[in-house]
Amino acid sequence: MISHYPNKEAALLPILHLAQKEQGFISASTEKQVAKILEISPAKVHEVVTFYTMYNRKPVGKYHIQVCANLSCSLLGAGSLIEYLGGKLGIQPGETTEDDRFTLTLVQCLGACEQAPCFMINFDYYGDLDETKIDEILDKLE
Amino acid sequence: MSEKQLSKLFGLENSHQIDVYIEQDGYRAVKKALSELTPETILDLVKAANLRGRGGAGFPAGIKWGFVPKGVDKPKYLCVNADEGEPGTIKDRYLMTNVPHLLLEGIIITCYCVGIHVAYIYIRGEYEMVAQRLEQAIAEAHAQGYLGNNILESGFDLEVYVHRGAGAYICGEETALLESLEGKRGNPRLKPPFPASIGLFQCPTVINNVETLANVPSIILKGAGWFCQQGLPKDGGTRLFGVSGMVQKPGVYELPTGSNLRDLIFQHAGGMKEGKRLKAVIPGGMSSPVLKADEIDIPLDGDSLMEAKSMLGSGAVIVIDEETSMLDVLKIITDFYSHESCGQCTPCRVGNPWIRKIVHRLCQGIGGPDDIDNVRRLADNIMGKTLCPLGDAAAMPILSLTEKFREELITSLNERRQES
Ligand SMILES: Cc1cc2nc3c(=O)[nH]c(=O)nc-3n(C[C@H](O)[C@H](O)[C@H](O)COP(=O)(O)O)c2cc1C
Ligand code: FES
Repeated sequence: MISHYPNKEAALLPILHLAQKEQGFISASTEKQVAKILEISPAKVHEVVTFYTMYNRKPVGKYHIQVCANLSCSLLGAGSLIEYLGGKLGIQPGETTEDDRFTLTLVQCLGACEQAPCFMINFDYYGDLDETKIDEILDKLE
Repeated sequence: MSEKQLSKLFGLENSHQIDVYIEQDGYRAVKKALSELTPETILDLVKAANLRGRGGAGFPAGIKWGFVPKGVDKPKYLCVNADEGEPGTIKDRYLMTNVPHLLLEGIIITCYCVGIHVAYIYIRGEYEMVAQRLEQAIAEAHAQGYLGNNILESGFDLEVYVHRGAGAYICGEETALLESLEGKRGNPRLKPPFPASIGLFQCPTVINNVETLANVPSIILKGAGWFCQQGLPKDGGTRLFGVSGMVQKPGVYELPTGSNLRDLIFQHAGGMKEGKRLKAVIPGGMSSPVLKADEIDIPLDGDSLMEAKSMLGSGAVIVIDEETSMLDVLKIITDFYSHESCGQCTPCRVGNPWIRKIVHRLCQGIGGPDDIDNVRRLADNIMGKTLCPLGDAAAMPILSLTEKFREELITSLNERRQES
């Protein structure tokens, strides 16, 4: 991965993605480790981790549901679906269920506006959502 | 008559696989370019075609490539902008998912033309599945000799890498993209120097949108004259328009530049959803100023939309119906920009959250008509006063919406005041 770039620092985002894939989030000790591998300061790594919204700074549930709350999705009812999901899971956006299965996060446009309203569960997209469809999708998860 | 060039293979089974793509005449443009054409000829062709950027700003690609200095001994880079962060924009995902090899062809020809041996595709982090598809396409192209060393025995070498972003709208701005690729926060750079002379890793760099590059192969195969005939003489070719919101058939439609916006919505996208009436259209992604229902008889090209004081932007058309409150639309717009300001310039960092606060209060029925003036004054103080165009991108839709829908905003405010 580092060999794709003329300097090591450029591999920072890819390495953080990899770390998050393995551990689910980026902890302070991961930041230090990554800094060591890339020979940059831990402060620089921290600066980057906090800038980008996709890096989780605390553990998330097994299924991270990221619901689009942007315009096209809202026009087609994202607002009430977010309430429905929150009610169903018993959590507010930003929270994780007690059994650590679900985290609910509101995000900006996911680039899937033609399937509005939509969400991602981990890296899988689901579109044209309504309450029935949400029930079906969640039921299928183990 | 125009032909579909970009989307003709959309929907064909396995169009993303190299064998299927080659069966459909794929990689002919690369073969022609590398065996019959010199880099100078290609540059002249793309300039003559007047291929304008599809990422938002509409800058002619050939002219941009021509800015890259010749004879420097530093490496040069191509950065493909696949960040697709402008709300409403979906087209690059369609291209990369359906025809990743069309993009690779565009990349190979562009790099050959400019003398580039390393290209990065900067793709938004959420598009993990699309990124995997691109990596697979790159591996296939390598295996068949279209990438790597001595491509098709031409002596030309090229490597292409996929680089994932991590959730930041600002990284679609070209200099923020460079910073992000270097492993930093996405804070835009001051221009000049322009990336063509000092870009990625301090080296000369070309940055182009996915769709811009995907147009290059057909210019090579069919010529500049043909390309100009597809759309308007000065703004040629077709464009992928992404239509979303309250329409029957949301999706991506390839039409010649200069096609009519009303036709796009009412014919191609099937018109309004049942029982809904049109109120407003955002024609080029969230940053573009809103058009009222009676303003949509307009050709979809950069100059015409500019005349209408809006923007063609990324060709993302968002259709808003009568029942939707423009106050809620305004709230979503201000939420977005205050979330996405990178924080570098004070007017944008402070102004956007301030506007957001006022708008949220209005949504709760708190405040008066003079708050709309306050919002406008704040937006005006962001406009043109930031290092990168994100400031303008935020201010423009806010200013247009508060001007064109002022009465409605006041009515909504009064209603909500009574409710609360
Ligand atoms: C805030 C902001 C966000 C942008 N986001 C994107 C984007 O997601 N994709 C894109 O291609 N261009 C985006 N742009 C435009 C780029 O800065 C740049 O103009 C474009 O990549 C150049 O390619 P083109 O000439 O082929 O269009 C954005 C610009 C700004 C100011
Ligand atoms: S607005 Fe929801 S995906 Fe674009």
